[in-house]
Amino acid sequence: MLQIRIHGRGGQGVVTAAELITIAAFIDGKQSQAFPSFGVERTGAPVESYVRIDDKPIKTHEQIYQPDILIIQDSTLLNNPSLTNGINSKTKIIINTTKNKTDLKLKLPKSNIYTIDATKIAMEILGKNIVNTVILGAMSKFTGLISLDSLKKAIREKFSDKNEELIIKNIKAIEKAYHKNF
Amino acid sequence: MTTFQILEGSRAIALTIKNIAPAVISAYPITPQTHIVEDLAKFKSDGQVDYEYIRAESEFAAASIVLGASATGVRVYSATSSQGLLLMTEVIYNIAGMRLPIVMTCANRAVSAPINIWNDQQDVMTIRDAGWILLFAENHQEAVNQHVMAYKLAEQLQLPVMVNVDGFILTHSYEPVIIPDTKLIKKYLPNYKPNAEQYLNTENPITLGALVTPMHYMEIRQELHNDLISSLKTIDQEYKNFQKIFNNKIQNTQTNNGLIEYTGPKNASTILVAMGSVIGTIKDTIDKLPNCNNVGILKIKCFRPFPEKEILQILKSAKYIAVLDKSISLGQMGCLASDIKAICQNKIQAKIQSFIVGLGGKDITEKIIREIIKEVGNKNNRTLFINL
Repeated sequence: MLQIRIHGRGGQGVVTAAELITIAAFIDGKQSQAFPSFGVERTGAPVESYVRIDDKPIKTHEQIYQPDILIIQDSTLLNNPSLTNGINSKTKIIINTTKNKTDLKLKLPKSNIYTIDATKIAMEILGKNIVNTVILGAMSKFTGLISLDSLKKAIREKFSDKNEELIIKNIKAIEKAYHKNF
Repeated sequence: MTTFQILEGSRAIALTIKNIAPAVISAYPITPQTHIVEDLAKFKSDGQVDYEYIRAESEFAAASIVLGASATGVRVYSATSSQGLLLMTEVIYNIAGMRLPIVMTCANRAVSAPINIWNDQQDVMTIRDAGWILLFAENHQEAVNQHVMAYKLAEQLQLPVMVNVDGFILTHSYEPVIIPDTKLIKKYLPNYKPNAEQYLNTENPITLGALVTPMHYMEIRQELHNDLISSLKTIDQEYKNFQKIFNNKIQNTQTNNGLIEYTGPKNASTILVAMGSVIGTIKDTIDKLPNCNNVGILKIKCFRPFPEKEILQILKSAKYIAVLDKSISLGQMGCLASDIKAICQNKIQAKIQSFIVGLGGKDITEKIIREIIKEVGNKNNRTLFINL
């Protein structure tokens, strides 16, 4: 079983990110589960969401304490040391930051860390600091866990009641992050 | 279509209700039930459905509206949580007393004060004694299936049914699930056609919920009790009918029936008893235990009426029984624990201990489950809050 934990702030699409990964994994033929850990549901408040992916049905409903992949949508959250609780030397981390990964104080091999200025891409393409789809493009490339194609399909499914322009923009955001050099 | 989809729990329930096609839905939004009724309202505004959707001014009104609508002889639906259910309480008792076949979802949530929007099962315990059939779902699929069965049971038995789903854990999570389509549901659940003496009709006038003097009140209450007890058979039978229509094979009806499900070895020395989504976490924890052949899991699917015979059949040879409750009768013990103790009196020698877990959204972890397995083997038999 593979476990993903996503940290961000209310309004950044943390819960939607988990749902998109789950839908994409399901499209890829895997069993998957996503769920949020809501705080007080206020814009800007720290939010967590969780994803499990497996080949067999997933039974547990426990939150995720030992993530294989940790996604951090807002690097200011790194000031809280508990954010990286439960990671091990194999955990891969994807962080939205303007910093270089050598400047981050994380006890992990540098090859496990991937940084991306997702805010910049989000502002450029979506015009808003909603970085979830950008980060998912980066995750797809960095971990190979879900295919770019399934991710695009997941966006179409999840945003089916949204307008076509928004869907196209989000797909563009994913592609831009995916094709970025790292 | 009956293929797997990946859906939010609330959406899975809303789609199922849409396919069941009630005539009237009334609700008042409350976290964590909101997504269910939002989806149902959206289906209506998009012109996909024929039901009347009435957003009431409070839960008391919502329950009263479905009571009134049901009394006119049509299929109805509502959903609520926590304070919403408490505000409905008076109507909930009336619905059962009037023998109206209402189906409701309770997205289980903690009760104030202190205010808390997260999951536990205290809310439903406040209406435990009202005369409703109370079902509990472990996951999305079970929630979907129980909603279809709920209507079949309610309309056949003239008893209201509440399907309990853990708030957030099930309502806000995504899981693969099959939503039975209208055609398949119709095969199992025919259109609702109440008899003339069951609903308000000017051509055949009746009274519902009339004043009853001491001469007859007790008799009527006893009848409701007896009907609930004898509904156990129907609940089990309808589960089996449901599985047949949906082509699921049941291997052993003693360990998998409409009332309970047992997972584990035949003569487990320790058995954990619980209801709802925590069962999945317990199953996963026990799968990973080195000596898991000693521990069994008893899932209660139907809490009212209480399936005494089926439970005793599973528990009879256990030495240690740990009952996990996400609710408590304050000043006594866990609500399920006290029921288990009551039915085991003079029938089972095992130590039965009450463990309170997961109140107000406290995550129930593998560590907590392992602690309970360890603790139940000790001599002490106090009600324990496991809050690791």
